[in-house]
Amino acid sequence: MRFSFLSLLRNAFSAHRDWPEQWRSPEPKPAYDVVIVGGGGHGLAAAYFLAAEFGIRNVAVVERGWIGGGNSGRNTTIVRSNYLLEDSEALYDHSLKIWENLSQTLNYNVMFSPRGILMLAHGHHDVQSFTRHLHANRLAGIDSEWLSPEEARAFCPGLNISKDIRYPIGGATLQRRGGVARHDAVVWGFARAASALGVDILQNCEVTGIRRGPDGAVTGLDTTRGAIATRKIGVSAAGHTSVVLEMAGLGRLPLESTPLQALVSEPLKPLISCVVMSNTIHAYISQSDKGDLVIGAGTDQYVSYSQTGGLQITAHTLDAICELFPHLRRVRMMRNWGGIVDNTVDRSPILGPTPVPGLFVNCGWGTGGFKATPGAGHLLAATIARGEAHPIAAPFGLDRFARGRLIDEAAAAAVAH
Amino acid sequence: MTGPFRTPTGGRIDRTRPIAFTFDGRRYTGFQGDTLASALLAAGVKVVGRSFKYHRPRGLVSAGSDEPNALVTVIRDAGRTTPNLVANEVELREGLVAESQNRWPSLAFDVSAVNDLLSPIFVSGFYYKTFMWPKSFWSKVFEPVIRAAAGFGRAPTAADPDGYAQRFVHCDVLVAGGGPAGLAAALAAAESGARVILCDEGPEFGGSLLAEPAATIDSAPAAQWIAATLATLAAHPRVTLLTRTCAFGYYQDNFVALLERVTDHRAAPDPALPRECLWQVRAAQVVIAAGALERPLVFPDNDRPGVMLAGAARAWVNRWGVAAGARAVVYTASDSAYAAAHDLRSAGVEIVRILDLRPDGGPATAVARAAGLTVETGAGIDRVLGSTAVTGVVTARHRADGTTAAGETLACDLVLTSAGWTPSVHLFSQSRGRLRWDAARATFLPGTPHEAARSAGACNGTASLADCLDEGFAAGAAAARDAGHGAVAARRFAATGTAIDIGGFAGEAPHGGNRDRTRAFVDLQHDVTAKDIRLAVREGFRSIEHVKRYTTTGMATDQGKTSNINALAVAAAATGTSLPAVGLTTFRRPYTPVSFGAFAGASRGDLFDPVRRTPAHARATVAGAVFEDVGQWKRALCLPAPGESEGAAVAREVRSVRATVGLFDASTLGKIEVVGPDAATFLDRFYVNALAKLPVGRCRYVVATRDDGFVYDDGIVARLAPDRFHVTTTTGGAARVHALMEDFLQTEWPDLDVWATSITERWAVMAIQGPQARAVLAPLVEGLDLAPEAFPHMSVATCTVAGIPARLFRVSFTGELGFEVNVPADHGAALWDRLAARVAGHGGTLYGTEAMHVLRAEKGYVVVGQDTDGTLTPDDVGLGWAVGRAKADFVGKAGLARPDLAGPGRRQLVGLRVEDPEVVLVEGAQITADPAPPPGTHALGHVTSAYASPNLGRGIALAVVEDGRSRIGTIVHVPMPGGSIAATVVAPVFWDEEGRRLHA
Repeated sequence: MRFSFLSLLRNAFSAHRDWPEQWRSPEPKPAYDVVIVGGGGHGLAAAYFLAAEFGIRNVAVVERGWIGGGNSGRNTTIVRSNYLLEDSEALYDHSLKIWENLSQTLNYNVMFSPRGILMLAHGHHDVQSFTRHLHANRLAGIDSEWLSPEEARAFCPGLNISKDIRYPIGGATLQRRGGVARHDAVVWGFARAASALGVDILQNCEVTGIRRGPDGAVTGLDTTRGAIATRKIGVSAAGHTSVVLEMAGLGRLPLESTPLQALVSEPLKPLISCVVMSNTIHAYISQSDKGDLVIGAGTDQYVSYSQTGGLQITAHTLDAICELFPHLRRVRMMRNWGGIVDNTVDRSPILGPTPVPGLFVNCGWGTGGFKATPGAGHLLAATIARGEAHPIAAPFGLDRFARGRLIDEAAAAAVAH
Repeated sequence: MTGPFRTPTGGRIDRTRPIAFTFDGRRYTGFQGDTLASALLAAGVKVVGRSFKYHRPRGLVSAGSDEPNALVTVIRDAGRTTPNLVANEVELREGLVAESQNRWPSLAFDVSAVNDLLSPIFVSGFYYKTFMWPKSFWSKVFEPVIRAAAGFGRAPTAADPDGYAQRFVHCDVLVAGGGPAGLAAALAAAESGARVILCDEGPEFGGSLLAEPAATIDSAPAAQWIAATLATLAAHPRVTLLTRTCAFGYYQDNFVALLERVTDHRAAPDPALPRECLWQVRAAQVVIAAGALERPLVFPDNDRPGVMLAGAARAWVNRWGVAAGARAVVYTASDSAYAAAHDLRSAGVEIVRILDLRPDGGPATAVARAAGLTVETGAGIDRVLGSTAVTGVVTARHRADGTTAAGETLACDLVLTSAGWTPSVHLFSQSRGRLRWDAARATFLPGTPHEAARSAGACNGTASLADCLDEGFAAGAAAARDAGHGAVAARRFAATGTAIDIGGFAGEAPHGGNRDRTRAFVDLQHDVTAKDIRLAVREGFRSIEHVKRYTTTGMATDQGKTSNINALAVAAAATGTSLPAVGLTTFRRPYTPVSFGAFAGASRGDLFDPVRRTPAHARATVAGAVFEDVGQWKRALCLPAPGESEGAAVAREVRSVRATVGLFDASTLGKIEVVGPDAATFLDRFYVNALAKLPVGRCRYVVATRDDGFVYDDGIVARLAPDRFHVTTTTGGAARVHALMEDFLQTEWPDLDVWATSITERWAVMAIQGPQARAVLAPLVEGLDLAPEAFPHMSVATCTVAGIPARLFRVSFTGELGFEVNVPADHGAALWDRLAARVAGHGGTLYGTEAMHVLRAEKGYVVVGQDTDGTLTPDDVGLGWAVGRAKADFVGKAGLARPDLAGPGRRQLVGLRVEDPEVVLVEGAQITADPAPPPGTHALGHVTSAYASPNLGRGIALAVVEDGRSRIGTIVHVPMPGGSIAATVVAPVFWDEEGRRLHA
């Protein structure tokens, strides 16, 4: 049933008794053309694009828990593409372009809200680094503009641009096309659209083994809901990708998993109109449509799969928020949670084929995977469908670590002296 | 009397101390000891808030922090405005100003209440199905309207002037919750000699006993027992008692965070006091005594003002002397509501009827009947009458065949409900303890703990007062024992009091209405109804996490304290599974909301991050220095003379260093002393350079990479003795280079006998640079010959400078003859004074970091982090000569051997020359082959450094460019918004290419 105001109205008369399931919950079939491991936004998007764009509809998504239960449902929903390095710019802008029409594409309101991403520069070294970003973005055709402190406050009222704070704001870059989206809706929207095209979404279905034939190519996988035969597997399981790929005999991936916390305040009337990020003092904030202030904190230092973190991380995030917005000290944290981010050494993702024929991988998104959801899904689908990396994905292959062709945004932005 | 609903006597309020306050601009009076909620209730205020989505009028439901409806804004002034406070947690104080929220223009008449009429459309998740056309309307029209309608209170408009404190403490036993179980636990732990912290979120200890004055413990009235117990605890010097203090977060390894409210309840707080205090407690053992929360029954229109929890009504009458209404209907599935009925009747409230959902009632039923109360069992409420206040109910009769029919209409102004009690397992669950399902009582209880924690009392499923006391005492004794203290004799308490019903009924109660259309509210604040949850299940949201996210149930400010189990039961019924099969959502921190300010504490202003100043900082200030932040340091950017612009000052400083001499405060450079028999071996492995054979008395410029082979830091390694090195790092790299050294020493090479000690703060460093440097310095130096042949470039020696013991380096970051004098930090200012006077005497100048940058750029010296960016190898930036390729191993050797770190296509450091000498390129500008690059053009590189060079009389620039060294002599383009600038690629040295001046 198509979603629209009219269909909503029509169903109101029948007390909403007739809405079908948004996605089917079928029993696993014995075989699929492609199996995607991981029912987060990335995996579901890949399944959707396989069916919608590449005509491969005999697809299953296997998820060990409930779809969207990992980082898809735990992040702070920021979407932007104003990266520094050309490979990253291409990747994230590819995704941003899909975001811009995603609600209409999926017929599901994912609430993509391009309200602008304001990235704050504190001091001379930030300004230097941001200038490089601006020039790089302009050359790449990605919108990004420089705002003086006064312009930044005009764009985001309440921002503290006093020169008397410890790290005064020296200006900001603004990407107007950037913004936020409703994270759960993205997951459900892709699930519904994929399911409608024939994709089987198999929840509570944990992968326990990957089968390979005599030629080394994958032939199927074992799951807690039975064996499934397939010639192509796309693994999109965030930090647990390592675990799944070990089952294929690929050894350990160059991934480290660390807890990353986020928090929301109690709901407030509209207050912060855009997304504000400060990498230097480690804080980012936006306000959800519900009114909660959504605040991202830093990663805990230690490697862990436990989805919780320490109080000091929260404290150091909120002191930064209170420096930027001193009138928020009396606002209260309502909920605080942790996710697990899977980091590569260069903090860029791994997306592409693996040495095992038929096995493809998408992981290592670190703290920035949400914004890439539709783009990464699309590129993974294209890569699986073609059997070789999509040109935008090509630089992000697994071989880059051995070759030393790293794509290190963080290092490139670092100001060391 | 302070209102029509105040009882003539009773309660723990002080009737001799009336307190005036305002709510929505109207003046009211309450008593000392009232909460805002109890005072409003006494005054007959029924509607205290509006719901989130439908803007339904709402009244008080609970007397505790679990209240979903009564959120208010409390205003002292513009900066001291606090939104979203629960009225039960706002203690009345003279002059309190409170306002309702989420209504316009007034609480009584709210235009957004039109949403209630649209509720057939505004079902759960409706917004995912619409607002998609036309596309641009989402962010332009629909979203702004939704955002304006959403949210509760308004954030303050001015900065919060109040302070927030933080305490860091250890204890043996932390007891979270000061009800009967918690008090008994604290008593036992204290008697064993343990260090105890007892905290409770309320203003006084006693928990449920405060609402039950008739209870007795060891034959004494409960109040007397509480007072005696507190006196005993207070007499123990190792016991800390914290009221108004909520244990809100359970972190790893028994780290528990408590929030203490210090001044909000005071009429005129001492400005020296913090508003709140965040206690960070590391406890050897924790006793969780968090009690239980009463659960409302879910039935049509159960959200009308006047429908409240039975236990809350009982608390109001017994603790605060407020009868919440005149005529009450009690609707219960639990015996404890009968106690409320008795107590309210004693206070003069007419109990119209007790409707007991249970077919045969419970043990309390017969007692109630004997006392003359009318009880109907197997009955309930079909619907509630009234809109802004309850005017009556229609009863429901449950037939033997399972159907339910509407019964008679009962007029009333109060409905008390109780479905049973939910053990408060939040903290236990936060601690990652496993919950277990108690099928007999249909409730989740603490199972296997993950931390050193015990649950006691109602939160552990214990129902009777005596059992709670016994269990609390035993838990306290066991916790103290496990924390290493002596045993305490077990104690049994004789007590009388109301037992609560753990478990009970969950889900939507049976009624005769159309379950697809009537609204029986589960989550009151978020307007989530039972039919919303069923709709979610119908649409395929089966996991409870999906149900929660789709309907938003349990995501309001109360985090589902009263609603989660009901939501779970409705979802379980809809999916046809059991409650434990559906599973619980994760209990997340905090238990109740916590101010951002409490987390930030004193970390504001200058204390946000430590400010580091060099020993000569004050001297530079006097000399007119303009400072810049470099990490935590304040560094002199330049030192303008009075009336001189910064640009002119920099130009003067740069020229002066080349012409005569300059003095520069280099104290911020990182310094690490590396000592030990294996020190040379260690440094030889740590840096890319060959250092093993560095002679004593010599320095070497060094480059550090990490395993990846990219430039990480640079500095000087100076050998003071065979086993002692003085190593410098960049200012920003000091801590991380030291950490990296420790990392390798501790994990990779534990066999090496080496200590690396940070000595950055120990030494003040003054650089004297320029042709006159020797002339300036020599007369001050004792014990060292500075002649070029005796003390050549890259030498180091210990000596005396201006009478101060010093480590003297002959090094240069300007390309001129240069020295760096290290003296103990305490002598830094004195050394500065002597050198500054001599520099001035030679016609020299003081110079800052900007001049330093220009000088080094003229020489093509790289600044790590500016000319390098973590993606460049030593060879890329022209430092390939530094790499000791013959060495067996060094950090980064394997990384550098990877194929893509060498060969064509690498970006290499070069200089750029623009024809027009006036043009200074922009740092960060991109470099292309195409003079008019279309969007998406590949960049060959970027400008890393660009300055106006006063010595050369033109702009100079350094850049990293693909295969830059082979492009020398060719033209590249720097695209700018106004058009490209053509530049010639040149070698990255603009001054004294042969380096003669260095060796002067």
